[in-house]
Amino acid sequence: MNSAGLRKQAPSIVIWLLLLAMPFWLVGVGGYVELGTRVVVLGLAAMSLNFLLGYTGVLSFGHAAYFGLGAYGAGMIIRYVVPSTGLGILVGTLVGAFAAAVIGPLIIRLRGVYFAMVTIAFGQVFYFIAFRWNSVTGGDDGLIGWTRQPLDLGFTRIDILHNPTAFYYLVLVCFALAVGIMAWLLGSPFGRTLIAIRENERRARFLGIPVDRHIWISWVISCCFVSLAGALYALLNNFVDPRALYWTQSGDFVIMAVLGGMRSFWGPLLGAAIFVVLQDYLSSQTENWMSFLGLFFVLVVLFFPRGILGMMRRKAVT
Amino acid sequence: MTQLILFDAFNGLIVGAFYALMALGLSLILNLSGVINFAHGGFLALGGYFAYMLIPYTGFWGALIVAPFLVAFLGIIVERVLIRPLYGRDPLYSLLLTFGLAFIFEDGTRFIWGAQSLPYQVPGWLLSPLSSAYFFLTGYRLFMVLIVAVAVTAIFLILNYTKIGIRIRAGTLDLETVSVLGVNVRMLRSLNFGLGVYLAGLAGVLAVGQLGLQPTIGASLIMPSFVAIIVGGLGSLTGTLLGGLLIGVASGITTVFWPSATEAVIYVMMAAVLLVRPRGLLGEEGRF
Repeated sequence: MNSAGLRKQAPSIVIWLLLLAMPFWLVGVGGYVELGTRVVVLGLAAMSLNFLLGYTGVLSFGHAAYFGLGAYGAGMIIRYVVPSTGLGILVGTLVGAFAAAVIGPLIIRLRGVYFAMVTIAFGQVFYFIAFRWNSVTGGDDGLIGWTRQPLDLGFTRIDILHNPTAFYYLVLVCFALAVGIMAWLLGSPFGRTLIAIRENERRARFLGIPVDRHIWISWVISCCFVSLAGALYALLNNFVDPRALYWTQSGDFVIMAVLGGMRSFWGPLLGAAIFVVLQDYLSSQTENWMSFLGLFFVLVVLFFPRGILGMMRRKAVT
Repeated sequence: MTQLILFDAFNGLIVGAFYALMALGLSLILNLSGVINFAHGGFLALGGYFAYMLIPYTGFWGALIVAPFLVAFLGIIVERVLIRPLYGRDPLYSLLLTFGLAFIFEDGTRFIWGAQSLPYQVPGWLLSPLSSAYFFLTGYRLFMVLIVAVAVTAIFLILNYTKIGIRIRAGTLDLETVSVLGVNVRMLRSLNFGLGVYLAGLAGVLAVGQLGLQPTIGASLIMPSFVAIIVGGLGSLTGTLLGGLLIGVASGITTVFWPSATEAVIYVMMAAVLLVRPRGLLGEEGRF
């Protein structure tokens, strides 16, 4: 690799090293391993949302629905079908992706705020199903009575339940897989086409690109990885409740992406890290953390609309 | 059975009237400024709380008149200070901003007035049933429907016959031309925002008499209002009105047959409408 290429790759390498070593340095700076796991899980959700939001230019405000479907999918498989963590993750991801694929054709024609409005409203169906279908989902109390199961790799069993570090690495492997696929897709001609759609949809259409189909595929990919994040989130908490599906959760994902920087690949992860740490701190300090969170939304919009990485990049240019 | 269906359908109609009132305000703002006001539910709750504070001094009727104006006034301030700088930017930002405001409103009302439901006085003579056979037809319920009908009529008269209203309608079609013709578009947007928020405040004063006064009342009404707009058709106020009433009655009737699906049914209706007629019942072709 020549030096220019190395410089371009340097941020990614640093981020991967930081992520790989997280359980070791995080405790040193006063955190705990589960906090790091939460950052990675929610970071994956925000990065998946950003695949659609930042790279395709489609304003989705309903990603909590697929996050929650992934979470319920994983939880219900382990609770009712087979006590297998791997299968839970797989089924959870597929359930969310399937729902997104079915709903997609209804909404891909819409653009801008209308897309946002319809996606957020659709999410409520799943919320009310989870909330009302007491006998299966546990209703408002959430789905309880299950825990993540040891990983059986054939030659060895890894206890991820009592060893948070082992679970962190499981999450990191899933994260790496999903993020790797997204990075590869964005570098491929398909990803370039998505960016072209974002920049000028009409021109893309004139060039013969099937815009609606591309947006549909991008939507399904994005929702699929958000579901994966949801499944991991359920495993992290050993618990799912309908709030994972509620529309306010969607807003949290969007603010993470915006805060970190929608135009940068790693921005949403940074945004998620700040958001998680801030929420963790606020909810331990005050009962009115919701107000502060709201204020945080307002301040980000007014003062950091390009996100932190966007601002840094701009400074570097000037 | 017939009576039960009538009862729930009528209940649904009332709730639908609130959806419609709220959705009309949302629609006005969305059509002219391209902003989805997530804080609309917060304004609605504030209408209820302002009325609660005013009733000891002004009585119910005074509160019914004053509280929505206070909410509208607050709305105009919010629009001027926070939302105005975001016009012309990616709609994402106004969405996030009003989203944050919704959090602040809900938590703020909880902080000031407490999380529990507060007692709310409506005049006693409105509460007695009008007929023993149709016990559910209390005066207050009819009164709410009546007020909503009056408010909606007033809005349509304003939009069709006053200068401001005609400018608002023109602005939803082509804001640039309206601006070139010498209309102060900033002022127009502020007034329009105030009008939309006024409707939320009015809905708040009325709704708390039926649904109870608590901080979450706004959050529970805002999603159905979105559905009302989508079902009715984007860009059409008549459609929004129709959509609100329709989903209200539909969820009311669903309560009789399948109580668990009361909330979910309206989203299924939305999916059906998007599938069969993507522009909504009365929406304009090619609006989005």
